Amino acid sequence: MSIGPAWYLALAAVLFALGGIGVLVRRNVLVMFMCIELMLNAANLSFVTFSRVLGDIGGQSLVFFVLVVAAAEVVVGLGIVVAIFRRRANTTADDLHEMRG
Amino acid sequence: MLHAVFLVPLFPLVGFVVLLAVGRRLGEPVAGRIGTASVAGSFVAACVTLAGLAGRPSGSQVLTCSDSCGAGASAAGAAGTAASGHSFFTWITVGGLHVKVAILLDPLSMTMVMFVTGVSMLIHLYSIGYMKGDRDFTKFFVYMNAFVFSMLVLVLADNLLVTFVGWEGVGLCSYWLVSFWFFRDTAASAGKKAFIYNRIGDVGFLLAMFLIFSKTGTLTYLSVFAHRNHLVGGGAVVAAVLLLFLAATGKSAQIPLFNWLPDAMEGPTPVSALIHAATMVTAGVYLMCRVNPLLSLTPDARWVIAAIGGVTAFVAATIACAQQDIKRGLAFSTVSQIGYMVLAVGTGSYVAAIFLMVTHAFYKGLLFLGAGSVIHGLDDEQDMKRMGGLRRFMPWTYVTFLCAWLAIAAVPPFSGFWAKGDVLTNVYARTLPLYALGLLTAFFTAYYMSRIFFLTFTGRERWREPAPDGRPPHRTPHEAPWVMRAPLVVLAFFSVFAGAVNLPWVHVGTLDEWLRPVFGHRLFVAGLSTGGQVALAVADAVVAVAALYVAWRLWRRTTDRPALEPMFLQRVWYWDNFYDLVIGRPGQAFARACAVVVDARVIDGAVNGIGTLVRSTARGIRRVQTGYVRNYLLGIAFGLAAILAFMLSRTW
Repeated sequence: MSIGPAWYLALAAVLFALGGIGVLVRRNVLVMFMCIELMLNAANLSFVTFSRVLGDIGGQSLVFFVLVVAAAEVVVGLGIVVAIFRRRANTTADDLHEMRG
Repeated sequence: MLHAVFLVPLFPLVGFVVLLAVGRRLGEPVAGRIGTASVAGSFVAACVTLAGLAGRPSGSQVLTCSDSCGAGASAAGAAGTAASGHSFFTWITVGGLHVKVAILLDPLSMTMVMFVTGVSMLIHLYSIGYMKGDRDFTKFFVYMNAFVFSMLVLVLADNLLVTFVGWEGVGLCSYWLVSFWFFRDTAASAGKKAFIYNRIGDVGFLLAMFLIFSKTGTLTYLSVFAHRNHLVGGGAVVAAVLLLFLAATGKSAQIPLFNWLPDAMEGPTPVSALIHAATMVTAGVYLMCRVNPLLSLTPDARWVIAAIGGVTAFVAATIACAQQDIKRGLAFSTVSQIGYMVLAVGTGSYVAAIFLMVTHAFYKGLLFLGAGSVIHGLDDEQDMKRMGGLRRFMPWTYVTFLCAWLAIAAVPPFSGFWAKGDVLTNVYARTLPLYALGLLTAFFTAYYMSRIFFLTFTGRERWREPAPDGRPPHRTPHEAPWVMRAPLVVLAFFSVFAGAVNLPWVHVGTLDEWLRPVFGHRLFVAGLSTGGQVALAVADAVVAVAALYVAWRLWRRTTDRPALEPMFLQRVWYWDNFYDLVIGRPGQAFARACAVVVDARVIDGAVNGIGTLVRSTARGIRRVQTGYVRNYLLGIAFGLAAILAFMLSRTW
């Protein structure tokens, strides 16, 4: 039994759903971050899959962009998280609602 | 010599520019001398032009620039002499419209130019004395020179549009000069009133121009007259003439637009003499005479003009009988006299209108200057009830005023007798009812003028007594300086003898013959026998002398005759009240309704409503922004799901 592209896509969908649910239900900022990374990589996985299926290098090169952006995002995001840690003990997202309208 | 006509309007223009640029630095007497000299130069140029024009044969005295439309050459009166090219420059060339700033030099405009520049020169000279010590001495002469320039543009223009430029120019200068002492509220509002009344008339002028251009395709006088057949039919010519006449009623202070002139007396007295008696207010009559070929097409419109002229003459004369302010009395007299001119125009006797206009310029200018001399000598007192007995103190003013009084009262052989007799004879030949009205007006004219004269110069010296309202008595009046006396003497000379230019029994070298290239032959007097004309002249003289006698009996000693000064006449037949009731009050009510309802409710309501709407919407939407990241993420998730569902639904 060979492992076809559908399996990869299914895995990507599962990973994406896990990430999405994690972002929605968890309150710890670090965990939410990891969940976002999970969603990004799920998307990367589907990119690579389609690239392979269609024989198009575009999908794989797009993955590099996503990785670079994700790295930059992590740097900024972790910077913010560290800044928050300095001001308060925990990292619960719901405590940070000063921007309420 | 005819080219000197270019210099006529240029001299006052140069004077205006020089005074505007450096007048303030030149200071008091010099600026006045420059202003006077520029008008004097204009007068000399006019004399040279007159000599040139009079030297030409009678058939070739209408000179214009060669019309670019090619129509001017064929014009009726042009007689093919359009060689000299009296054009400054082409102003407008749009489609079929070609407007040149050009001069139409013919006996009519020449006559106007002569007395406009001559009287202006004298009044400028007089103003040097009258305006002495005024804080805006220089500005006064700036305005005066601008006025003379505008008036000459009006008179000399060879097409309707350039005439209109001069027409507006004199209106503007009139506004400036009426409200010259603008720090007085009455002067400021009188200026506005004059301007607004004139604007109403100007609308008529504009509409008439549009109509004439749409029918004939040109605005040049001679071309319009050549193509005047295009105006016949469909009432176009009646409309054009009546619209032009509306403009004339505004400028010449006729019913229904005459109320501004008495208020215009708020200006300095030389202004009243020059603009509101001698020159500008006769511009309407001049315009009517200028378009006489159009008038000849519509007897109906001419009846309207004649009736309005006659009624205005009568109404204004009755009002003048009850005025206390010497200048207001003279102002209504001006309205009345211009009414005579309009009456003459309406009956087709244009020469009589111009004749009366010229003599009126002399004697009415003199009356105002004499009144100015009195006002000057009595420390700005204008109430005739506080004058009296000035004969002994102001002999020069007294004698010259006497000449003007007898002239306007039409006592033979003063100039007014010949001019008014000419008008009345022509009216008699045409229509009896208007003649009767004119003769009655002549009686009132002699009466109110005598009243003014007796109240001012004879009787008790009432200025020695304190005023009823508690103002102290005046100092002993003083005679005017020579710069003011000299114009009085010159004008007095002309007031007495100007009638000689058109004596009824002379037929060679008269004003009548001189103006024949413009007006053609006289129409009506030819139908009267010599005996009839003499009888009419005797009737005029008898009426004048009778009125003089009545006034002498009534006003020689007494000043207080309330029965002869009813409120109805003092309040100008309630004309102002009528306009106030019909136009002023509804206008104010409308404005107030706009301010309270439209502005406060509708416009402010719309603005405030939009503000309120935005704020309340924002207050609702603000709830969405909770600050909880999970809410936002949920939103994103739902949005994503919705987009996905939409795309999937499109696919399947």
